[in-house]
Amino acid sequence: MSQSQAIAIEIGGHPILLRTRDDAFRRLVAERYAGFVRPSSPKCSFEFEVDLLTTPPEPSDEDVRVDRRGASWRLRRGDFQAEWDPARGQGRIQQTANPYSIDSVLRIVHTLILAREGGFLLHAASAIRGGRAFLFSGVSGAGKTTISRLAPPDATLLTDEISYIRRGGDGYHACGTPFSGELRQSGENCSAPICSLFFLEHGSENRIEAVTQADALRTLMRNILFFAEDQELVGRIFQAACEFVERVPAQRLTFLPDARVWSMIQ
Amino acid sequence: MSEKYLTRSSAIASRLLGGEMMVMSAVDSTFFTLNEVATVIWQAADGHTPLSEIVDRVCSEFEVGPETAANDAERFIEELSRHGILLVSDFPQEPSSSPPMEAA
Repeated sequence: MSQSQAIAIEIGGHPILLRTRDDAFRRLVAERYAGFVRPSSPKCSFEFEVDLLTTPPEPSDEDVRVDRRGASWRLRRGDFQAEWDPARGQGRIQQTANPYSIDSVLRIVHTLILAREGGFLLHAASAIRGGRAFLFSGVSGAGKTTISRLAPPDATLLTDEISYIRRGGDGYHACGTPFSGELRQSGENCSAPICSLFFLEHGSENRIEAVTQADALRTLMRNILFFAEDQELVGRIFQAACEFVERVPAQRLTFLPDARVWSMIQ
Repeated sequence: MSEKYLTRSSAIASRLLGGEMMVMSAVDSTFFTLNEVATVIWQAADGHTPLSEIVDRVCSEFEVGPETAANDAERFIEELSRHGILLVSDFPQEPSSSPPMEAA
């Protein structure tokens, strides 16, 4: 029997150890998450055994479902099944050897980890400029990848698709993620305090407008990644979003697709 | 006419944000923004304050007549109870052991 191979993927300061008996899959994961792989096997609070299947567990176009079964979370989609016990920090993933299933499982697990801390994953590009992080949130087509492509050389891109928001004692931080959109490029693995949240809209001029906290909450809730059908967790996400909009200024950024928009972001 | 008593569901999260009451159902994630009158009714929906007393409160706070206030309240109650986030009873309710998730 082949030896178990372990690889630790650390996103947002949360390392997750993946154990697999398939060295080719381990290499695939290492390549997919380059920049987010911990160089040596650290002590991880979260560990998963990955069982590789020859066919998907439920070959179908089934949407992702996340629910609680006893102390564990159960994650399912046509191409994967997973169980995770947060208290024990251990779980098991069943999937074929592809990068998309593990990517989805990691996103879901991070939403669950962050929800316990008052943070969340957000459909948003993010970048650091002058030591401060800026978030650019919007649904598909709103301009997340466009604003990322237009970023000036002094901006450090954290992601063009999924922003990682952590809550700390001194406020909120945005962390880089390997979750990319059309840019097909991982973000930088670093973080900075969040200065501002922009809701993106395409327009005929570059313009920044204030939005009320209530409007910010409504839009933010639409753009937070959340999968679990669980009342307690939904309540936690709601409270986290409320606290975020009370502390972080939110504005609407209407922009033309040219680099001048970045002169307004500093 | 018999008295009614309103209770907020325990399966909701709510918060007063920038002067607006935001309410979300934790069951289906439906989102509501309440206007000022609805906010007064919502905050008074403690299970033991009679609806007639809540309507009186609306009349005095917003200088509207009792008939208008009662009609507005009925519409609001009908909509929120349809979504299961406001419960209506003919009798006063005991305080719930699992209160709604609410933050200051």
